[in-house]
Amino acid sequence: MSMDVQDKKMDGINRKEGVQFRRRFIQAGMFSLFRISAVINGTALLVVVYFLVARGWHTINWTFLSQPPVDSMTQGGILPCIVGTLCLSIGAMAVALPIGVASAIYLNEYARPGRIVRLIRLGINNLAGVPSVVFGLFGLAFFVVYLEIGVSILAGSLTLGALTLPVIIGSTEEALRAVPDTYREASLGLGATKWQTIRCVVLPAALPGILTGTILGVSRAAGETAPIMFTAAVFYTPSLPTSIFDEIMALPYHIYVLATAGTDIEATRPLQYGTALVLIALVLGLNLVAIIYRSRLRKKR
Amino acid sequence: MENSPKMSAQNLDFYYDDFRALYGITLDFQENQVTALIGPSGCGKSTLLRCLNRMNDLIPYSRADGKVLLDGEDIYAAGVDVVTLRRHVGMVFQKPNPFPKTIFENVAYGLRVNGMKDRGLLRGRVETSLKQAALWEEVKDRLNDSALGLSGGQQQRLCIARALAVAPEVVLMDEPASALDPIATQKIEELIHELKKDYTIIIVTHNMQQAARVSDVTAFFYLGKLIEADLTETLFTRPKLQQTSDYITGRFG
Repeated sequence: MSMDVQDKKMDGINRKEGVQFRRRFIQAGMFSLFRISAVINGTALLVVVYFLVARGWHTINWTFLSQPPVDSMTQGGILPCIVGTLCLSIGAMAVALPIGVASAIYLNEYARPGRIVRLIRLGINNLAGVPSVVFGLFGLAFFVVYLEIGVSILAGSLTLGALTLPVIIGSTEEALRAVPDTYREASLGLGATKWQTIRCVVLPAALPGILTGTILGVSRAAGETAPIMFTAAVFYTPSLPTSIFDEIMALPYHIYVLATAGTDIEATRPLQYGTALVLIALVLGLNLVAIIYRSRLRKKR
Repeated sequence: MENSPKMSAQNLDFYYDDFRALYGITLDFQENQVTALIGPSGCGKSTLLRCLNRMNDLIPYSRADGKVLLDGEDIYAAGVDVVTLRRHVGMVFQKPNPFPKTIFENVAYGLRVNGMKDRGLLRGRVETSLKQAALWEEVKDRLNDSALGLSGGQQQRLCIARALAVAPEVVLMDEPASALDPIATQKIEELIHELKKDYTIIIVTHNMQQAARVSDVTAFFYLGKLIEADLTETLFTRPKLQQTSDYITGRFG
C-alpha cells in the first residue's frame, strides 16, 4: 500500500470520527434536554408541596381536623369541609365509574366501528374540553333547578360525575384496547359468549388501567371548585350532612371563600394554607390507596 | 375418502370488505384424520381455518358465501348458535395465549363458562385434559401458579389442554408450533399424532416437513384458491400439478 492511499484512508476515518463526535454530542444534548424536562416536572410538585407545608403545617392539629369553623370562620377547624369533599368524591365516582366503564365497553367491545361510534367519541372528547364552570352552570340549571334536587351532595356528585366521565371513558377504552385480542379469541373459541369473555377475561385484564383512570378522575373531581359552588357547596354550615340531599362545605370551595370573601382575609391566610394542605394530602392519599391496590392486582398475575 | 366427512367446505368464498380472500373452496375433512393446510403467506389457509368455527365473524365488514358443513349441517345457516358451534369446533392459536390466570383456571375456563360448577368434576376434567395434552406430569404440583410462568412450549400445550377440556369434536390449529423451539415443536407434533385417535384435526402450517410428518391429507392453497388436495404421501411424492411441485420443493413461496 503506497503512502498516498494510506493517507487518504486515514483522512476518511478522521472525517468519520468528526461525524461520530457530532452525533454523540447531539445525542448527549438531547438527553440532557429530556432529563431537564423530567426534572422540572418533579420540581414543580415538590415546590407546590413545600410551599403549602411551610405555610400551612402549623395550623394543622387535631382541633383543625375535628372541629367545625367558629367565629365567622376565623377560628376552629374544617371538619365539615373534609367530610363534604369525601362525600362528593365518592359520589362522583359512584356516578361516573359505572356509566363510564359501561360506555367504554360498549364503544370498544360491542359497537361496530363506524360513523356513529366516531360521533360518540367526538362528543366525549369535546365533553372533556368543556370548562368546569360550564358544568357548574349546567348542574345548577339541570340537576338543582329542573330536576328539583336542590343544592345537595347528590346534585354536586352528579355534576362532578359528568365532569369526570370523559376521563374515565378515555382511560377505560385505553385499558380495554391494551388487552390483547388473543385473549378474546381464546375465550370465544372455547364457546364463551361475548359477555362472558368481557366479564371473565377482558375486564380483569383491564382493571389496573381502569383504576388509573378512576384515580385521575377522582383527583380532579376532589379539587374542583366551580362545578360545586352552584350545586353542592355552601358558604358555611356547622352541621355534618345526614343525607345525600343535604348541602355541604367542601375543601376547595372553603379555600376560595376564605381567600376572597371571608370576614378577615389576611388573618385567615394560615387557615387557607392549612386547608389547601389537607386537600392535597387527601388527593395524594386517594391516589396512594389506588396505586397500592393496582400494584397488588398486577402482582397477582 | 369414501365415508361422509366430519366437516366440509362447499364452494366457500370469503371477503374482507372488498378484498376476496377465498375463491370457491370445496374441501372435505375426514373424521380422526389430520388435514394440513399449506401455502405461502396470504394464500387464505388461515382464513379458511377461521371460517370453520366462524372466528372470522369477529372481523368487521367481512362476509362468507357458500356452505361449511359439520356432520352434514351448515354452520353458516340462519339460526345456528355460534357459541355452541365453537364448543364443538375448538381452536389452538399461533401464539400461545393462556389467560393471565392460574394453570387450573385456564383449563377450567371453558367448562366454567359452559356452566360446570362442581369442584370435583372440574378437577377431574382438568386433570384428564392436561394428561391428554401431555402436560400433567410437569404441572400437577403447581396448578395454582400463574400460567404465564410456563415456558412457551408448555403454554401451547396448556392451550391445547384448554381447548380439549370442553370436549370438542374438531380441533383447529393455526400454526401451533411456529412460535416454539424444535424440541417443543416435536412434543406438539407427537401430541397431534395422539390426539387424532379421538379428534378430527385441521392444522395450518408454514412448515412443509411438519405437514408431511403429522398429516394424513394435505391441501395446497395459492392466492385464495385450493390448488391441490390429496393424501399427504401422494401430494408430497407425486403432486399432480406443476405449481404444487414447485411450492413443496421450495422453488417459490
